[in-house]
Amino acid sequence: MPELPFPLPPLPTVSQVVFLMIAVLAVLGSLAVVLARNLFHSALGLVAAFFGAAGVYIVAEAEFIGVSQVLVYVGAISTLIAFAIMLTRGMMFGATSPRNRQSGTAAIITVLTFVVLMALTRGIPWPHAGEPIVDGQLIIAGLGHAFVNEYVVPFVLLAMLLLVALAGAIVVARDRK
Amino acid sequence: MNWSDAVIQFQYDLGAPQELSWLVEGITYFVGALILATASLTLALLLIWITRKVISRIQDRIGPNRLGPYGLFQTVADAMKLLSKEDIKPTSSDTVSYAIAPVLAVLGVLMSLAVIPFGAGLIGADLSVGVLYLVALGSIGIMAALMAGWGSNNKYALLAGFRVVAQLLSYEIPMVLAMLAPVLLVGTMSMQGLANAQSLYLGPINLGLGWFIFVLPGAFLIYMIAALAESEQTPFDLLEAESELIAGFHIEYSGMKFAMFFLAQFLNSFFLGAIAVSLFLGGWQGPFAGQVPLLGPIYFLAKTFFVYVVIQWIKGTFPRVRVDQMMQFAWKVLVPSVLTLLLAQMIIMKLPLPMWLNAIFVLVANIVVVVVVLNVLGNYFKREQVRSKRAFEPTSLIGTMQPVHPSSGD
Repeated sequence: MPELPFPLPPLPTVSQVVFLMIAVLAVLGSLAVVLARNLFHSALGLVAAFFGAAGVYIVAEAEFIGVSQVLVYVGAISTLIAFAIMLTRGMMFGATSPRNRQSGTAAIITVLTFVVLMALTRGIPWPHAGEPIVDGQLIIAGLGHAFVNEYVVPFVLLAMLLLVALAGAIVVARDRK
Repeated sequence: MNWSDAVIQFQYDLGAPQELSWLVEGITYFVGALILATASLTLALLLIWITRKVISRIQDRIGPNRLGPYGLFQTVADAMKLLSKEDIKPTSSDTVSYAIAPVLAVLGVLMSLAVIPFGAGLIGADLSVGVLYLVALGSIGIMAALMAGWGSNNKYALLAGFRVVAQLLSYEIPMVLAMLAPVLLVGTMSMQGLANAQSLYLGPINLGLGWFIFVLPGAFLIYMIAALAESEQTPFDLLEAESELIAGFHIEYSGMKFAMFFLAQFLNSFFLGAIAVSLFLGGWQGPFAGQVPLLGPIYFLAKTFFVYVVIQWIKGTFPRVRVDQMMQFAWKVLVPSVLTLLLAQMIIMKLPLPMWLNAIFVLVANIVVVVVVLNVLGNYFKREQVRSKRAFEPTSLIGTMQPVHPSSGD
């Protein structure tokens, strides 16, 4: 390909632009979770934040965890939260504000947590850009092998826990005749 | 030379400077997405026309035949009518959810286009987790139904929304497990990898007939049944029952917003057919598709339209199931049978046998499971028939005044 006749000014790369858009979505969604007047709108904000997190994973070339994030958090957990909100509060009648007098304290704690997390993450030696990325197929295969070899006991225990929860839910919800 | 090589060659021939290659790449992706989205939205007009024609023929009618050749432009006129209708918004509806829900419904369906392989190398993004991506997209449709049901501020819409979510979540499980069968067979979740694996070489020539339906007919059957329920088609369209009941969770919608839900439903049944084609019916594979790349998309679309017409055929001939029957069928029939299938397949594939012998054993296991399930169901329905006849016989009720079984209500 031919050379440009003039040097280009330093432009943001495509992935930086995409990351910024996703980050804005995640931050706005998270703000909606805490600031919305209506509890169901908070749940919708949570969905947007989950999508933002999945987008960040995908920009970081971690497709599997990004897609799993959507599958588990948007598909299952958000639906569960939406159901719980609709069935427990008087949601059909007007707005229900989840805010109370502790907002100030909560804001201070949030800022402190953010500062601590930032300080912690800055100290970690992250792998730098430009390092070779492992093929997605190999990552998934490795994950599968790890589940049934090294981590088989935790894996089976988790499965048992889910099974017990499932059976328990059926027993609790069963129609007693 | 396949399709992606041709695109790369074209990008190179443009002669853009090295510094701007990301721009060329980005524009290519944008144009590709634009073509796919526009084509599929236009396709919806054709799909609605096919549905009307097929169902008219089944009901001994002619169907739309006034506007354009064979009534092809009837749907265009209907779309114009819907666009020009007044957009009515219920007074106390929730503005945000009510407005976003139809958009999300279409978005969740359109996004599945990104990983559908139309030909060798002709795929939007060959994700390494393509199958999982398709599964994850289903959750967007669920959120859209919930938002529409709740946002309308109508208790019937909300109840219908809950029922939609219950149906979609229940049938998602057998569908995902059935999609796992070809993934297990090949050992990849990339859609292009799955399509490539369904070749059949006779010497050096690719016949393209190694379709997974020949190895996994049971999984294909379960996938198709679950896909019918996922796209809310007959016999699982009881949530909507457009011919006689109110329209379900989108009862409060009108004009183009209403049309968006219909669009999403038609496109969803088409794309679920496309996924069935790429997972079980060979994708773009076919005789000489390896030699002539142009044949790939033609084979793919022909197979997908065939599956779509079969879905409409089912729509025209089957009665509708009740809500309890629907739930029981998912949890008591589909999930156990697909789990048995997968377990058998896993055990067989671990046996130290040559590939073709493994495939034959998997096929035998599939057929055995399908036959056993059909037998058990047949016996159950025979007993049910006798029981329900007896329950309504006047003589048997006189002495006892109660049904034969106390639980005959379900």
